[in-house]
Amino acid sequence: MSRRPFSRRRFLAGGAATLTGAMLAGCDRVSSNEHFQNLLDLTEQTNLKLQRLLLRAEQPAREYLEADISPWFKPNGSTDPADAEYRQHVRSNFARWQLVVDGLVERPGRYTLADLRAMPSRTQITRHDCVEGWSCIGKWRGVPLAHLLDQVVPKPQARYVVFHCADTMDVGETFEGGEQDNTADQAGTGPSQAPGGGAPDALPTTNDAPRQAAQDHSAPAAGEAPGGPKYYESIDLVDARHVQTILAYDMNDKALPVPNGAPLRLRLERQLGYKMAKYVMRIELAGNLTQFGQGRGGYWEDQGYDWYAGI
Amino acid sequence: MAEEVGRHVERHKIYRHSVVVRITHWLNAAILLVMLMSGLQIFNAHPALYWGEKSLFDAPWAAITAARAGNDAPRGVTTISGRSFTTTGLLGVSNDVTGQPQERAFPRWATIPADQSLATGRRWHFLFAWLLVINGLLYLASGVLTRHFSRDLAPTVQDLGHIPRSIWDHVRFRFPEGDDARRYNVLQKLTYLVVIFGILPVLIVAGLTMSPGLDAAFPWLLDLFGGRQSARTIHFLCAFALVLFTIVHLIEVPVSGVINNLRSMITGHYEIERRTRDVSTSLQP
Repeated sequence: MSRRPFSRRRFLAGGAATLTGAMLAGCDRVSSNEHFQNLLDLTEQTNLKLQRLLLRAEQPAREYLEADISPWFKPNGSTDPADAEYRQHVRSNFARWQLVVDGLVERPGRYTLADLRAMPSRTQITRHDCVEGWSCIGKWRGVPLAHLLDQVVPKPQARYVVFHCADTMDVGETFEGGEQDNTADQAGTGPSQAPGGGAPDALPTTNDAPRQAAQDHSAPAAGEAPGGPKYYESIDLVDARHVQTILAYDMNDKALPVPNGAPLRLRLERQLGYKMAKYVMRIELAGNLTQFGQGRGGYWEDQGYDWYAGI
Repeated sequence: MAEEVGRHVERHKIYRHSVVVRITHWLNAAILLVMLMSGLQIFNAHPALYWGEKSLFDAPWAAITAARAGNDAPRGVTTISGRSFTTTGLLGVSNDVTGQPQERAFPRWATIPADQSLATGRRWHFLFAWLLVINGLLYLASGVLTRHFSRDLAPTVQDLGHIPRSIWDHVRFRFPEGDDARRYNVLQKLTYLVVIFGILPVLIVAGLTMSPGLDAAFPWLLDLFGGRQSARTIHFLCAFALVLFTIVHLIEVPVSGVINNLRSMITGHYEIERRTRDVSTSLQP
């Protein structure tokens, strides 16, 4: 009886010490552990299912007043795509630009900006939440994605809407905080990288670009042709048919500027900014996401970010 | 050994912390540490705080930045409500893995993972958020069922009258003995109540308010905090308050008896010392 608390004490103390020590010393190793990755994926799935349970499919995000609009809507990620074809479109003011809608649809289509502007439109003043933590409020006008889907008629096996964009991402490019430091890539520990994180090998510009940029005080100039993957994103049909999910061609009552995604960007008001693809060139309906990029459903998802960005 | 002339110290142990309290306490400590460190990783992606719905980038309420002047090494600058402090070495600029100064809001030893990775930080934060909530609910359920809260944490009217004396005792690092040591003192009770039923719930709900999905489901969350950016700032301030609480907690534990306190939170048994004036009375059971 008198010995019991003693041995139990040692057991508990040892357990607590081991747990804490393992957590602190091994965080980075744990991050890349396969079982732990599965646990993290489970968290994402749980959050998606719980939010779908709490959110009625049609429930809108809050809309704001004109007075709430941000004086400057911060553009993030690509702000001036270098892609040659895109530069042509900018020079001709998108006169020859066409949105391609294809994939698992009955009636694939091509739409000019004039075609899209002639369709029913929705205007909304909403808050844009970046994964980095900041928020901006902007006014958007565009064609509801649901309307476009009704034109092309998705096939029964279609489950996702995939957005193919004009901008090519430099893999060294990261969200704001990452610009300061890319040691994750440089050290090769790369816990931030998705399982397909072998990308740096295929893309030799990755490791040195950020450090050089920091030293030269010069970001890669527009017009260079970086060799990274094209930006892409995907959403499911629940979000695609949401009333506020629109393909916006106007921002704050003017044609969408290039830094914010001209000529067309997605607005998906119940998720974070990285889901809202800019410079949309093609929309593809698909049954699964494994065939795109590294198979995780988007450019940032391939870098380790969650596909479901409702949090 | 503790005998003096005409004095005697009698020691006996009481059972102080239930098994649920002890387990949830240590799990909570580990979980909160991970939440803090992964939270600082997330904060580093945009190390500025604002009030209201949106971010006015020119006018953050608080920000951690790095200032460069010519070819000089960058200087870490922390600005709060218009006042700037040089914080090189800790905030804004700290050493990278090779010992070179790098621009970074919170230093690598304070974040999970150590390297800058918003994606990984978020995934850790959201996993441990679930563990925090599950562990917290277990603790709350046990606290209600065992009457731990009403019996041990709710201050009595008499307690409240002792607040000035309790403050004076704390200032002098004098701790209750004998029967008084069986109970939490009034400052302890109030502090634990504020942490358990104030800071932690506000911290969690403010965190949820940063979710655009949950904001759509429960728009009143935004009104509760006065906007998403306010919620983010309050989330950070609550985390900071918890850090302060933990520092005080970690100071109080050793000064009020490190072995006794640790034993009671590990095995449940807490030793009470009773001083009596003469040996004869102390021999009574």
